[in-house]
Amino acid sequence: MKLSDLPRRAGVGFKPEHFQAINAGPQPIGFFEVHAENYMGAGGPPHAQLARLREDYALSIHGVGLSIGSVQPLDKAHLSRLKTVCDRYEPESFSEHLAWSTHDSVFLNDLLPLPYTNRTLTAVADHIDQVQETLKRQMLLENPATYLLFAESTIEETAFLAEVVKRTGCGLLLDVNNVFVASTNHHMDPSDYLVRFPVDAVREIHLSGHSETVDDAGAPLLIDSHDTPVKDPVWALYATLIARIGPVATLIEWDNDVPDWPVLSAEARAADVILQNACKRRAA
Amino acid sequence: MSLGTQRQFAAALTDPAVPVPQGLTAWNGPQPQRRFAVYRNNVVSGLTGAIASRFPAAETIVGEAFFSAMAAEFVRLHPPHSPLLLTYGDDFADFTERFEPARSIAYLPDVIRLEAARGKAYHAADAAPLDPAVLAVLSPERLADVVFVPHPSLSVLRSPHPIVTIWAMNAGEAELRPIEAWVSEDAIVVRPHMTVEVRRLPPGGAAFLQALAEGKRLAAAVDIASEDASAFDLSANLAGALQTGAFVAIR
Repeated sequence: MKLSDLPRRAGVGFKPEHFQAINAGPQPIGFFEVHAENYMGAGGPPHAQLARLREDYALSIHGVGLSIGSVQPLDKAHLSRLKTVCDRYEPESFSEHLAWSTHDSVFLNDLLPLPYTNRTLTAVADHIDQVQETLKRQMLLENPATYLLFAESTIEETAFLAEVVKRTGCGLLLDVNNVFVASTNHHMDPSDYLVRFPVDAVREIHLSGHSETVDDAGAPLLIDSHDTPVKDPVWALYATLIARIGPVATLIEWDNDVPDWPVLSAEARAADVILQNACKRRAA
Repeated sequence: MSLGTQRQFAAALTDPAVPVPQGLTAWNGPQPQRRFAVYRNNVVSGLTGAIASRFPAAETIVGEAFFSAMAAEFVRLHPPHSPLLLTYGDDFADFTERFEPARSIAYLPDVIRLEAARGKAYHAADAAPLDPAVLAVLSPERLADVVFVPHPSLSVLRSPHPIVTIWAMNAGEAELRPIEAWVSEDAIVVRPHMTVEVRRLPPGGAAFLQALAEGKRLAAAVDIASEDASAFDLSANLAGALQTGAFVAIR
């Protein structure tokens, strides 16, 4: 099984509108990440651009449609398409979500929440075994941004993730924005969540922006919208985390209202400064 | 989560008439309607957004609000059955043909078909177009028997409406102005290299290309095209098809 192995630097989610700017010269970017589903066509500009980037940069392939958290079996045709994409680009890392997105073959195109019980733990671990056996590589599982809870949950989310890691040998993708969003939405302290998180398994971090609304009772409800710069409290959590656990490959995710390349690139540099400081401290 | 809970969760996402599932909660109270609505909104806006991104000219024609309502109805009745959204909406044109509020815009389904063909061409397998010099060395007898292999990205569309002109004006490819001659237009859509080409075809051109793409011999395709349009001009059509990159090889 090929282990996930991204450089411990800042990367960005690749957007086709940035291709020309990126291709104009060497960029101070540690790696690019793409959504697997956007590269499942046969050919055309998406593959031409990604093949070009792959020559110069490390790559993370991030799936958004496998529905690992479903109680139903995985879509074997989709798993096979993921294998085709991974075989084509041989990425340093492949990741997916602790969420479901398909029910009875209907694809709902969102990362939907699941209760944390012994039953869902077994289902998720079985699905991850199947993914890793098919792809012949370790996958990373991402913690979700959630908006509600299940009364039937009996396992705390970080304990659930730790047990999945123990049973499957997968790694974790720690989305710090998701931690902040979900903790706010569930009236918990994000720092406590990060203290409980099984950080030894973390191979990648995601940072992104969120928006704010209110719930039924008028309490703040944060939405994982990926349409703004990383917010200050998320940067603060990230800096504290990196100081504690050392440098980890870190991705800036900006999927909606995408800014010009220099703005996105500057976000990545801000993360790189925090990573480099951690390296210097470790060396000292 | 039981299968029943997941089924009810999924049903309530796409149909607001289905109540929020039992067993969902929040720190400050049960029955989290607004919280569940975040998922509902994500699902509907995500899928209608996927449709809008495939059919930008159609969206320009009917306006954002009308398009979004039309796409939401399509999403409700025809949700995707694959996480591969690149092909979601291949049947959107057929839906709009039956969508009552859009019936007065008779040309809309064909513009959507043209945009669907562009999407198909964009993601089709890469292949080098046929070098026209290959034909130059053939005897007239051999030429008549030639069968052309279509480019993987090729589509040929026929419409009773000026769809190429309408598409070009609403895709920012041509200046927006009144259409003086409301004539039928046929189109070739192909991606010989990295750019998707859309060209209007001359008389008989669509019948000619469709026959060749089906694997008919050149002589047979010429007969079909001449029957379709008496003004069919073989040398102009063949040169045009080769120059556009409609074929990859001959057999």
